[in-house]
Parts: sequence; C-alpha cells; structure tokens
Amino acid sequence: MPQQPTNAPARAGGVAVPPSAGPVHLTINGQQHTLQLAPWTTLLDALREYLNLTGTKKGCDHGQCGACTVLIDGKRINSCLSLAVMHEGEEITTIEGLGTTESLHPLQQAFIDHDAFQCGYCTPGQICSAQGLINEGKARTEDEIRELMSGNLCRCGAYIGILNAVKEVVEKK
Amino acid sequence: MSTTNHIGKPTSRVDGPAKVTGAARYSAEYNVPGLTYGWVVSSPIAKGKITRVHADEVLALPGVLQVFSHENVPSLAWFDRSYKDDVAPGGSPFRPLHDNEVKFSQQPVALVVAESLEVARYAASLLRLEYEEDKHETDLETKRDEGFEPGRGKTGWMPPPPPRGNPDKAWEEAPHRMEAEYVHGAQHHNPMELFATTAEYHADGKITAYDKTQGVYNVQQYLTKIFGLKKDDCRVVNEYMGGGFGAGLRPQYQVFLAVLAALELKRSVRVTLTRQQMFSFGHRPHTLQYLKLGTNADGTLAALQHHALHETSQFEDYTENVVNWSGMLYQCDNVKLGYQLAKLDVYTPLDMRAPGAATGSIGLEIAMDEMAYAAGLDPLEFRLRNYAEQDQNLKKPFSSKKLRDCYHQGAARFGWEKRTQAPRSMRDDAGKLIGWGIGGGVWDATQQKSAAKASITADGHLTVSSAAGENGTGTYTIMTQIAAETLGLPIEAVTFKLGDTDLPEAPVQGGSWTAASVGTAVKNTCEALGEKLLKLAQKMEGSPLKGAKLEDVEFVNGQIRLRTDASQAVVLRDVLQASGETKVEADSSAMPDMLKQQPYSMHSHNVVFAEVKVDEELGTVHVTRVVNAVAAGHILNLKTARSQVLGSMVWGISAALMEETVMDHKFGRYMNHNYAEYHVPVNADIHDLDVLFVEEEDDIVNPLGVKGIGEVGLLGVAAAIANAVYHATGKRVRDLPIMIDKLL
Repeated sequence: MPQQPTNAPARAGGVAVPPSAGPVHLTINGQQHTLQLAPWTTLLDALREYLNLTGTKKGCDHGQCGACTVLIDGKRINSCLSLAVMHEGEEITTIEGLGTTESLHPLQQAFIDHDAFQCGYCTPGQICSAQGLINEGKARTEDEIRELMSGNLCRCGAYIGILNAVKEVVEKK
Repeated sequence: MSTTNHIGKPTSRVDGPAKVTGAARYSAEYNVPGLTYGWVVSSPIAKGKITRVHADEVLALPGVLQVFSHENVPSLAWFDRSYKDDVAPGGSPFRPLHDNEVKFSQQPVALVVAESLEVARYAASLLRLEYEEDKHETDLETKRDEGFEPGRGKTGWMPPPPPRGNPDKAWEEAPHRMEAEYVHGAQHHNPMELFATTAEYHADGKITAYDKTQGVYNVQQYLTKIFGLKKDDCRVVNEYMGGGFGAGLRPQYQVFLAVLAALELKRSVRVTLTRQQMFSFGHRPHTLQYLKLGTNADGTLAALQHHALHETSQFEDYTENVVNWSGMLYQCDNVKLGYQLAKLDVYTPLDMRAPGAATGSIGLEIAMDEMAYAAGLDPLEFRLRNYAEQDQNLKKPFSSKKLRDCYHQGAARFGWEKRTQAPRSMRDDAGKLIGWGIGGGVWDATQQKSAAKASITADGHLTVSSAAGENGTGTYTIMTQIAAETLGLPIEAVTFKLGDTDLPEAPVQGGSWTAASVGTAVKNTCEALGEKLLKLAQKMEGSPLKGAKLEDVEFVNGQIRLRTDASQAVVLRDVLQASGETKVEADSSAMPDMLKQQPYSMHSHNVVFAEVKVDEELGTVHVTRVVNAVAAGHILNLKTARSQVLGSMVWGISAALMEETVMDHKFGRYMNHNYAEYHVPVNADIHDLDVLFVEEEDDIVNPLGVKGIGEVGLLGVAAAIANAVYHATGKRVRDLPIMIDKLL
C-alpha cells in the first residue's frame, strides 16, 4: 500500500500556483526598504534572504528557540512567526541596528565582557530580547531576568554569562 | 615586565564583536549571486522502498528548477571507500539519493530546488512519493540478546581491555556488593544553528562550499572523492559554526545535496535543514549498562564489572569508549569490561560531546554511589580510598593527575563536610528536601597532526592561519593568544584565520584536541617565523643581537631582546622596515612526540559536587548549586575555558533531568523532534555553577601542557545530580532523565 508522506499530498487535478510577489515597504534600523515579496514570506526570511541582514538567526522556524528575536516598535517578537507584510509602517530593529563592531551597544559590550556566548548563534536574539526586556521595565531581579530571558535557548549553556551581562546593563540604567 | 604574556589570561573573545553585532557569517549566510534554494524531503517510513516519485507535479510549478531523487541522480563514485570520511565508523556509509531503499525514518529521499526559499519549501511539501513499507525494528530492548562485539571501530575507538584478576569470584566473595542496570535514551546534539550549506558555483565549474562542519578538510576529501572533483576545484569554508558538539564531525547530507544540485544545475544552491531534520543524522545512542561492584571490609574495591550495549544502524558499526574508563578511574585488581552493539533500523549514531565517557560515567558514578552506601561509606571518602595511582588498563603511570586535588579543593569549595550521609536527612527552610551528590570522570588528552602558517607585514601585523574550527570553543581567541605571546605582540596586532581548505590542514574539531594540536602548530610556526626575524635583525647595522642564537633571545613587548640583558633589544617593526621585505612568512606543523609520550597514560580528570532541592509534593527537582573541579593541564584562557565547563554543566543538568529523544516504535520515528518537545535547559533552570581549575603541570602531553577542556567538564555531572536526588529523596533512579513521574 502506498504510504502517505507526512507533508501534505497534492490534490488530484494539480497543485495551487505559488502566490505572486508585490511591493512591501519596511523600515528597518531607520532605513526604508521596498521589497518584492509574496505574502507568505516571514519577516525572518525577508531579513535574511532578501536583505542580507543575517544577524537575525534561524534556529527552529517555529517560535521555539528565540534566535530570530527582533524588536518591533521596541517590543520583542519572534520574527519567524510573523509575516513581513504585517510590518509596514512599523519600526523594525535588528541586531545590526543596535550597534556595530566599531560602536558597540552597552548590551553587546556586556555580552563580550561576561563571555555570555560561545558559538554566538543565539546571541543576536538574546541581545534583542534583553533590550526588549529592558524596554518592558520588568527585569528588576535576577530571577526576573532568568525567567524573562527563558524564551531564548542557548545550547552552549552560557546562561550565567547572559544573566550577568543583562544584570549589569539593567543596573546601570 | 612583559605586556605580551597572554597565555592563561582571561582574554575576551577576539571574535566577540563579530558575534554580538551579527557580523559573523555562518554557513547559510553567504550572499552569493544567483542563489537558488534546495529543500529536503524526508522519508516518513523507517524501512522499505520508494516505488514512485511524482516529480512532474511539482516541476510544473513556476520557479521550481529540479527535483533530485534516486531516479535522476547521475552516476557517482561506486565504492564505499569514496563515501568514508575521516571519522566514519566501520561499515558501509549511507549514500543520499543512491537507490530506492529506505533505511531509517527521516532519510532524505528527494531535494527540491527552486528560485526562492518559499517556492522550494512549498514544492517539497507537495511532492508525492509512494513507498512499499517493510517491517522495521527500532527498539533496543528487543535486541538485548543480539548484541555483538564490533570488529574495527572508528579512529580513536579501543576495544575494552581483557579482564584482569578474577572478577567473578572476587565479586561473589566481596562483603559488600551491588549490581544494577543504568539506562539513558537517545540524545541529539541540537546545536542552535541549523545545518546548512551554501554551495557557490563558479563560472569555471569550481565549487566553494560554505558548510556547517567541524572539519573542512574532512568535507573536502568526501566531496572530491564522490563527485570526482580536484581539490583545487572544491574549496570548503566554515568561518563560524553555531555549535557542533560532534554533530558536524562527519559530512552531513545537506552538503552532498547542495553540491550535487550546484554541479547538475550549474547554479549556486543553498540547502538548510529544518530543526526536525536535525534529528535525522546521528545521535548519542540509547545505551543499557550493567554494573556489578564489590567492596572489601576496608572500603577498597574488590571487583568491578561494567558491560554496555548500545544501538547502531544496520549499515555501520558506530563505536565509542563507554566502559574502558571504568578500568582506570579507580584502583581495582579484579575487573571485567564488556561492550556490545545491536543493529536497529535507525541512522548511525554519532559522537556527541564526550562520546562514550559521558555515558560510561553515568553508569560507573551512580554505581559507585550505590556501592558507597552499601559499604556504609561517604561517597567522597569511598573514592579517595580507591584512588588510582596508575592506569591499570595500560599499566602505565599518568603523565600528570591532580584528581586528588580536585576532590579536596572541590569538596572545600562546596562545603561537603556539612553533608549528612542518610538519605532524606537534609531540608531547607521551606521544607524542601536537599540532596548532595558527587560524580566525576576521566578523558583522553590527545594531540593530532596539524599545520599552520604565519605572515608578518612591514607594519608589524601578524596573520596566522590553520584550517581549524570555531564552534564556540574559543579557537580564534586562544590561537591569537599563543601567536601573540610567541612573537611578543599585543593581541590587536594578531589576526588568526581558520575554517578554510585554502589554509594549512588541521584535524576535525573534536576529541578536545584542538588546543593541543593546532595550538602547538601555531606555536611552532611562530617560532619558525621568529627565527627568520632574528636573522633579519642580525643583519641590521650595529645590531645588538649579532651572534645570538634563537634560544638566547626572547620576543617581548614588540621587541626581540637578549634574555640575559633586556636592554639589548631591537623593535620588531624596525627589523621589518630595515629588511625591505613587505612581509616575512613561515609555515610549520606539529605532531605528538610519540617517543616521549609512549611510557605514559595521558588524561584529564574532574569531580563534580551537586546540590538539588526536591519538592516532594510536585516531584520537581532544581539543581541549585554545582561545583566542578577540573584538572586538565594548563588553561590557556580562563574566561573561555570556564565557559566551556559551564556549558558542560548545563549539558549535564540537561542529561540528568530533561534531555531524551523519544521514539515511537510503531512508526520507528523520533516523536519529539523539535525544540519545544526536546527539552534542554533554559535560563531559569540554571543557578549557581562554579568552576574550579586545579593547577596541573604536564610537559609530556605537548609543549603547551594543555589537555583540552571541551568534554571533561561534562563527565559525572548527570551522575552527581542523580546521586543528589537519591540523597534528597531515598529514591534511586537508574534511567535518565529523571522526570517527575519517576519521583512520585
């Protein structure tokens, strides 16, 4: 008996044609971009594949790991769970918009000082999440930071460094 | 006074700015022109045959370029040996899209290539394949009686030594005895970065593969043999790796598929696996361990028997050293070790951080705890009474071994003397049960052949390179420190390059051997460059170094100066400018000094003290405090080394309490193959972790005296936590992870 694959089978009579692309206007790190995107393109893929803003990472594509965290009008979201077309007229901030190697953001400097990463792949998401958390004004204790940073996985296990880096920046505020 | 002594300092990562700003490029992030996208289709069945591929239906979609399957893959290399990589175990390697046979669930059965990522993904979701399913067997429990002893394993695998003494009689006659079985399920590496390859197709037909791998040379030789490419036509690059943990030791199927598609379509192709597909190419094997220990009245071990059985695939015999460590960690004259594999319809297991030892230390170290209790001894005291002064497996002394200092310093840091022995005897103010447990382990200190080159320009900037890997271990940083110190330069004056087959060859990044192997090559190469610079310095008019030999001078603070008189010095930059050369280069390599090492057994050791708090009503366990005391030779960078051990402790907590890939044997498929259901610790799970490096001098292992730090820190962590749970609750859990249901 033929076995159905786990991915959706084609219906009889052919398959639906992919949706067509159209212009999408995005404001990213203060810059205006007009992209030709189909409505099914996620914000994450728009950043990585269409704008070469690869600082935002893809770790699961399912909103489970937090590597793709960006700030939308200052609030942190998982960009893999959001479509690019939903963000016209909003301020999108990615890791590239927080600081540069020549001019590091205080969180970026604190992450280096506390060795708050190893492989670095979850790091942009951690830093965006930390900035979002600071914007939320919630990170007042160590336990709060731990809890509110728990949407961002780090397989290298740099959690103590992350805690100390975020704490240092929060306390300087 | 030297400002250029860098080795041992807690230097911040030199690749830190690139990583925190998003500037670091990982394999799926190279922006090559005319890029197309491949999406892998995975088999839903565990065993059988593909009877039909309905490629025509998706080829009709606008934007779809090709569907690759066994039906249209061109003729490639024929012999198994062409598919064998440097770390392949014995057997016949899996060949993607080779024929219509399905050997494991989630086997890649097709690659859909399209002009955009979205269309490739969509088309892959629509591709219909028909299968003829065979009966599969994926449950190790059904193979208990079908274990076999592997023949030749992969590089580095040693069959257990033959029995010594009279282990059966000694166990029968011992006044105190224990025997038990210990189990853990499959685990997957799950680095944060998805496996991906960007295969750039050049107009002249050459390929550059930006590939997530722990060994660019290993991937290059794999690709050149399979696709008949010349080495010059196949460059493999990996400058940053978003975690490996062993998952990238072997070339994975995305690199095969991306290069295949690029060569066939004459286009650049990127293939990124999904998180679900990351569970399809190797794992720490499901392992059953059986231990029998006997102890004399004086608390010394009378007998030790350790047997392990773990899964492998039908096509390869994956091996790891699970039980050998038990013959050398403690002094015991009656020892029997056994090791067997059983074949299942799964993909071949794969080295995962401290392969074998992480598993073996769970069995041995929980058994030691049980034995200590049976003999009425404190678990730390029991270990001290059975301290091994030599390696009884090899009958050789250790090149260095400061494990006793680890026990004493770790215990003092943790406050072990305040422990009361009886289970359920300690509680906190809130009434939660407190448990304190101990565990530990031993790991190999090895060195592999490595090469490097160095080049210094007229402005005094030094560039050193070797095709090593950076998967978060700190390679960029420690190599920069070694190079800078050897030539007396500030950190900022040195650039280290890695992860590129255009650079001198380095071994795969594994086995905790990169610091020893590549580090020594970097040191040798910089010394060779130093010799050239000295000669140039001696040609300078009025040079104070005339007649000096290399051993008479030192490179410090940007100068070459006489060891006996620091005022007799020349500035390195002046030497370069006076020489008229635009740059001076040297290359060299390093090999282990076999003659010097042969009489010795070379290992790193650790001991772990863990505290748990258990809420009995809820069955929840929190690891509130861990001290990990490590003796691993010289520590090159206190900051990055500490992070390695902290990460290992997080892994140990994970193995003890959370991590397991669960198979539904009806389908022969891993069911929790995503980051939501494959549980690893989050920030809120991690509390007080303390790393203690015990000083250990060792001039036998290598000229740097380093033993490697990436794996040893994991050993014994899970066992220490399981032992702490017993101490807290009186419940001995022998199958990890310890989930709530096992404590209720």
